[in-house]
Amino acid sequence: MAHSFGRILSSKRNVGILSLIGAGSVTAGFLLKREHVSAGAGVRRVYPASAEYPDLRKHNNCMASHLTPAIYAKLVDKATPNGYTLDEAIQTGVDNPGHPFIKTVGMVAGDEESYQVFADLLNPVIKERHNGYDPETMTHPTDLDSSKLTSGQFDDRYVLSSRVRTGRSIRGLSLPPACTRAERREVERVVVDALAGLKEDLAGKYYSLTNMTDQEQQQLIDDHFLFDKPVSPLLTCSGMARDWPDARGIWHNNTKTFLVWINEEDHTRVISMEKGGNMKRVFDRFCTGLKEVERLIQEKGWEFMWNERLGYILTCPSNLGTGLRAGVHVKLPRLSKDPRFSKILDNLRLQKRGTGGVDTAAVGSTFDISNLDRLGQSEVQLVQTVVDGVNYLIECEKKLEKGQDIKIPAPYRK
Amino acid sequence: MPFGNTHNNFKLNFKSDEEYPDLTKHNNHMAKVLTKEMYEKLRGKQTSSGFTLDDIIQTGVDNPGHPFIMTVGCVAGDEESYEVFKDLLDPIISDRHSGYKATDKHKTDLNFENLKGGDDLDPNYVLSSRVRTGRSIKGYTLPPHNSRGERRAVEKLSVEALNTLDGEFKGKYYPLNKMSDADQEQLIADHFLFDKPVSPLLLGAGMARDWPDARGIWHNEQKSFLVWVNEEDHLRVISMEKGGNMKEVFRRFCVGLNRIEETFKKHNHGFMWNEHLGFVLTCPSNLGTGLRGGVHVKLPKLSTHPKFEEILTRLRLQKRGTGGVDTASVGGVFDISNADRLGSSEVQQVQMVVDGVKLMVEMEKKLEKGEAIDSLIPAQK
Repeated sequence: MAHSFGRILSSKRNVGILSLIGAGSVTAGFLLKREHVSAGAGVRRVYPASAEYPDLRKHNNCMASHLTPAIYAKLVDKATPNGYTLDEAIQTGVDNPGHPFIKTVGMVAGDEESYQVFADLLNPVIKERHNGYDPETMTHPTDLDSSKLTSGQFDDRYVLSSRVRTGRSIRGLSLPPACTRAERREVERVVVDALAGLKEDLAGKYYSLTNMTDQEQQQLIDDHFLFDKPVSPLLTCSGMARDWPDARGIWHNNTKTFLVWINEEDHTRVISMEKGGNMKRVFDRFCTGLKEVERLIQEKGWEFMWNERLGYILTCPSNLGTGLRAGVHVKLPRLSKDPRFSKILDNLRLQKRGTGGVDTAAVGSTFDISNLDRLGQSEVQLVQTVVDGVNYLIECEKKLEKGQDIKIPAPYRK
Repeated sequence: MPFGNTHNNFKLNFKSDEEYPDLTKHNNHMAKVLTKEMYEKLRGKQTSSGFTLDDIIQTGVDNPGHPFIMTVGCVAGDEESYEVFKDLLDPIISDRHSGYKATDKHKTDLNFENLKGGDDLDPNYVLSSRVRTGRSIKGYTLPPHNSRGERRAVEKLSVEALNTLDGEFKGKYYPLNKMSDADQEQLIADHFLFDKPVSPLLLGAGMARDWPDARGIWHNEQKSFLVWVNEEDHLRVISMEKGGNMKEVFRRFCVGLNRIEETFKKHNHGFMWNEHLGFVLTCPSNLGTGLRGGVHVKLPKLSTHPKFEEILTRLRLQKRGTGGVDTASVGGVFDISNADRLGSSEVQQVQMVVDGVKLMVEMEKKLEKGEAIDSLIPAQK
């Protein structure tokens, strides 16, 4: 390619191959092979690490729990080949002390290499966030064979809608907290190009945030598809809203059941959804669509960020592995008032959210119920967990309707 | 958010065209000046602390601006920014400061005795008087760029310097991260407490990072002289009191500033200043004197007069609401202050406020009596 990305890509692909064969840390020798910035090239520091160490005494997030002064001192001079530093990775966690009840992650990755260069901090954070998953010793299973899903059709009288989402990052390009404008625009080009190749029930159209007409905007709002500039300080403090709305956009298929967000919190967020309880069809479309998009980008020499330790690489460590959240909007008026509701959800490895998504409240006892886990289990396993769990919740609701008692299920075992 | 020097080298692998921001919908000084050619010319540069072109302009890229209000759209990360990126900043400075040329010299005058009058503004109309400025401490980078270590060093040095003040200036420092609830409530009641910036103009420049680490407020016992540490600038220095005695407010301002400067100089860290730009601050709009001298004044009739805006313009004054910049007036009370910062001295700017407010109060009194004010409308200053 005459394009400047061609040269960068070929060296990045080597990183990809190393990652695929499970090489742990990318060695310094390899990094120096890169033609651009050499790793560890003078991070400008005037003060010793002890003078720079953040004040985390009032903080409650995973980063603050694991960033000791010793780890800080060890990592503060390092930079990824793109020049991303520890201070940048943790800025969001320093700026957002957290909440006594909700433990946020408190850090992000600026690129694929962040997960290796800052592994001394990221690995314990990942372990805490993902229930003891140890990236140094464990492997993550990827399985997008939706035919394995059983009982994936819910009772439509209870389940109003079904949805599966994940994210995908384009290997060779920096992630939203760190990407340059040129990189972000390249992500847009690569993905939009690939999506244009989708056919039949997946065929669709791209709406760039910078060029949207008022009508298109209104339609996207009515369809509940439009995403806006992030306002959450968790996101804005990490730098992912820079240059908004440059190179951001929304793609969806003509039937409005398959949707891709470009350059929001991740390079891409991929969503399959429909009204009603046919989670099987939603998951089928999800897997087919994802595999098709992957095939289309590979035709052009690109690939997704993935390795066998961490699965799919995304901006936030909480989304590693499958990056998958499968959920339903379900009516549970009686069960939701039962004092055992939270415990039942816990044991089913499910979480509840309001119908506006994360950090919203439920409306009229309709809840968003989805999987808690992301890393350490495959896509098929997680969606099956949601299917089995939601079926159980509906059974409970029906029992309560008839005045029968319900049981707390045994805690979930893999 | 500034990325530091490690990142700019990586960016240079991409063509200038690919990195040039989309400014088609923007209305700020930076967007008017930054052509593709200029971007290409400057993108490879950095100051010795590693501040780059993209760091300077990020806030202007992220905040397209308003059709009526022209924001600056860029910030400095250190003293050198104004030199290394002069091709961008000089035209912006010229646009913002009424045609100030790259060859012009700025006069500094903190001799309060040179102010004429100012002790006789009618307290029935002028509710309070205030003069503020900013100061940057030489040898440190500015709030958009500084690391935690540097910001803490600025705080430490500032507190040491302020603690040497005595007499009418003797006071105490209240760090934001160690404030007791009682102290906090008192500071709020005194209208002294500053909070984490919420304006995207400031957040987009990265100056709220690590809040509230190394931020604080110092004030003297009489609560008439106040210093903010590490908010939008290293220091913001404020002299204020109720009523209309601007002369006294300015005296205290000048004396206090000079005392503080002496102390910093003793520590080998004077203030950033040069004869072209005067006092160097984070935002190019505050260069020169960095001074905003103003009053809260009751002008219910004059403010609704059709010529109000024109009178302000001719007097080289600006109005704000009583909550400060970007707020609305309440009960006909306005914040009236000097519009200029660069190209005229502190004394000259405060003189304009004193003379202008005196005139406007006269106009208000005439309007109260049902008389016309046309004969009082001044020529353009």
